[in-house]
Amino acid sequence: MRFGVIRFPGSCDEVDAVLACERVPGASAQLLWHGDAELHGVDAVVVPGGFSYGDYLRVGAIARFSPVMESVIRFSREGGLVLGICNGFQVLCEAGLLPGALLPNVERRFICRQVDLEVVQATMPFTADCAAGELLSIPVKHTTGRYYAPADVLESLDADGQIVLRYARDANPNGSSDDIAGVRNAAGNVFGLMPHPEHAVDPLTGSVDGLKIFTSMAHAHG
Amino acid sequence: MHARVLVRPKAGILDPQGVAVERALPALGFEGVANVRVGRLIELEIEDPSQLESMCEKLLANPLIEDYEILEDAG
Repeated sequence: MRFGVIRFPGSCDEVDAVLACERVPGASAQLLWHGDAELHGVDAVVVPGGFSYGDYLRVGAIARFSPVMESVIRFSREGGLVLGICNGFQVLCEAGLLPGALLPNVERRFICRQVDLEVVQATMPFTADCAAGELLSIPVKHTTGRYYAPADVLESLDADGQIVLRYARDANPNGSSDDIAGVRNAAGNVFGLMPHPEHAVDPLTGSVDGLKIFTSMAHAHG
Repeated sequence: MHARVLVRPKAGILDPQGVAVERALPALGFEGVANVRVGRLIELEIEDPSQLESMCEKLLANPLIEDYEILEDAG
């Protein structure tokens, strides 16, 4: 399986994302430049963390219109797997590929710490290697990570099983609605989360739980 | 034409920036201030102001979380 990881001006986690993808047995990864509409035949796309286009105007607002994103939107409509991490999650929300939006943290400060996430949906294609109810230890690092969606949207996300990850009880770091840490689209092939699974793939940094997201994607691809 | 677009956090959505400003004001002796909301002002020169609406919907604001108001300036 070949992962493509987008690099925007202002991305900062794309190299860690590539290294995380490469830890998946049999997988390779390459960077995709934001100004190049060609996806170079990759099997899955990762939209990484950082500050794409300086996060000017609104987080993710300008990156969403980059040439590569027009191709990612088409790719997702054809069923391609798309994972958005942190700023990537914000970009996917701005692009309309995922419901909702990310707002500034309630506590008005940058948060950088390890959090526990509850796996709400342990299903293909992003969390099949987890068990439902399992806790994953994965770091968050963001200022604008408060997940928001109108009440009726939250209700339908819950009913349709689109809430994939929640912050563990009493561990919601940013004031996200319903403790939501990660959601998927209705079709199930696009997933975004604020925590950084690519930073939790090596025992040296305390947890390898993040790797399960990447291995799940590889298993889904077959 | 010169135009201004005011973008505000939607009513009912917590605005942490507004809260921070509201809490800072009494420290400076400004009492009796409530409901501070911080938005942004976008100024632009535009040939065809009829495009402003769609510009706001597509890029300048995110209608899910923000309200916008277009102010066209004559001259």
